Amino acid sequence: MKSLGKYLLFISSLFKNRESFKTYVKLTFEECMLVGINSIVLVGLVSLFIGAVSTLQTAFNLVNPLIPDSVVGLVVRDLTILELAPTITAIIFAGKVGSSIAGNLGTMRITEQIDALEVMGINSASYLVLPKIVGTLIMYPLLVILAGVLAISGGFLAAKFGGVVSTADYFTGLKMDFNQFTVTFALIKSVVFGFLVSSISSYMGFFTKGGALEVGQASTRAVTVSCIAILFSDFILAQLLLVR
Amino acid sequence: MIEVKNLVKSFDDKVILDDVSVTFEKGKTNLIIGASGSGKSVMLKNIVGLFKPDSGDILYNGRDFINAHRDLKTDIRREIGMLFQGGALFDSMTVEQNIKFPLDILTKMPEDEKLDRVNFCLKRVKLENTNKQMPSEISGGMQKRVGIARAIVNSSQYLFCDEPNSGLDPVTSIKIDRLLAEITEEYQITTVIVTHDMNSVMEIGEYIMFLSNSHKLWEGNSDEIMQSGVQELDEFVFANKMMRKFRDQ
Repeated sequence: MKSLGKYLLFISSLFKNRESFKTYVKLTFEECMLVGINSIVLVGLVSLFIGAVSTLQTAFNLVNPLIPDSVVGLVVRDLTILELAPTITAIIFAGKVGSSIAGNLGTMRITEQIDALEVMGINSASYLVLPKIVGTLIMYPLLVILAGVLAISGGFLAAKFGGVVSTADYFTGLKMDFNQFTVTFALIKSVVFGFLVSSISSYMGFFTKGGALEVGQASTRAVTVSCIAILFSDFILAQLLLVR
Repeated sequence: MIEVKNLVKSFDDKVILDDVSVTFEKGKTNLIIGASGSGKSVMLKNIVGLFKPDSGDILYNGRDFINAHRDLKTDIRREIGMLFQGGALFDSMTVEQNIKFPLDILTKMPEDEKLDRVNFCLKRVKLENTNKQMPSEISGGMQKRVGIARAIVNSSQYLFCDEPNSGLDPVTSIKIDRLLAEITEEYQITTVIVTHDMNSVMEIGEYIMFLSNSHKLWEGNSDEIMQSGVQELDEFVFANKMMRKFRDQ
């Protein structure tokens, strides 16, 4: 509870005593590059393969002749939009970007770079962390959209080259009983997960004490806590938005 | 001028500073000395606002720093330059960007004026033509000098240095000491240096305050320190063989 209170105070401190808007625009743009552009290859590769493997495994499990092959496309589509694209990407994102944020801020803390900002009269939390959070909130939903498109494309490639289901059936499945709200739900999750990963990792890094060992521990803790927060909030959001 | 009045700071139940009062004058190199763990760095961090004292007052030219409104506190902080023990240079920025940083954030100076000021400060610390180097590409002594340049670039009124000589060889240490003393006199700023280096004490100590067991035990200058008559201070000053030899002669 003490940590939660400290975390909430940390988040509120981001909006106090801020620097000029221009400063944040430049920093946020840099963070978008670091957080988003540098994650495209990893997220893309993982999504493509998860989509492909989901198609193969779904087809493998559908042995009942009464179930049409097109269901494979439907399952892959809903699985991707509802869970794989936003949630699995968030776990990968926490591992790559979360640990990097915590490591970066932790190193700045132990080498007194954060103290140097404070002494200059700069709100170090706001200056360093706000652009990371805003950058993540901009880029993570885009990564999720990319992940979704690539996972479904991966499924298509598996269907075409794996021979487990015809591409025509796969496309029929993709269009079958489509509920547009699932996309809205995925985007809501992406905003929540992006905020959780960036803010928790920043919090862990910002309050690092000690030396190199503690920076490593802060990075590990950032990933662990972010993953738990993602899974917990995933359940809460599903309960709130999907269960009627 | 900086006045510290009845400063008390503790962590959990351990008292680090107990009722410490001192005045640091403008245009002087003021030294805080003491053994490791005596509270020197804690005192410095209280003065610059990185720690909040349990009680006591800190006045910058009569302006109450601890109880000041956020805006006044920010204004005072923007008059402060600080050299950290490890330099604390931003490792993702070049030397030039590091020095220009306070100007970028705290002023509306045109870009060419900023660059002129950066080059002036680099020249002042004798580091011309290092503009495009990264902190990791320069030596520890050079990093300290870049740190000094960054601390004075915004025409700071107060300069704080936490162990400026740590990790440096004696020749480089003396160069840094002399540079700090010259800058203090030239710009008439209030300089406060935390050190346990006796060479620095003898070289630039215009005002020296000795901290021991959470208290201020002695104050004076580098001429008076040899005959202080305070046992703890004598043990500190004459801890090394060279100083004992010097005393015995």
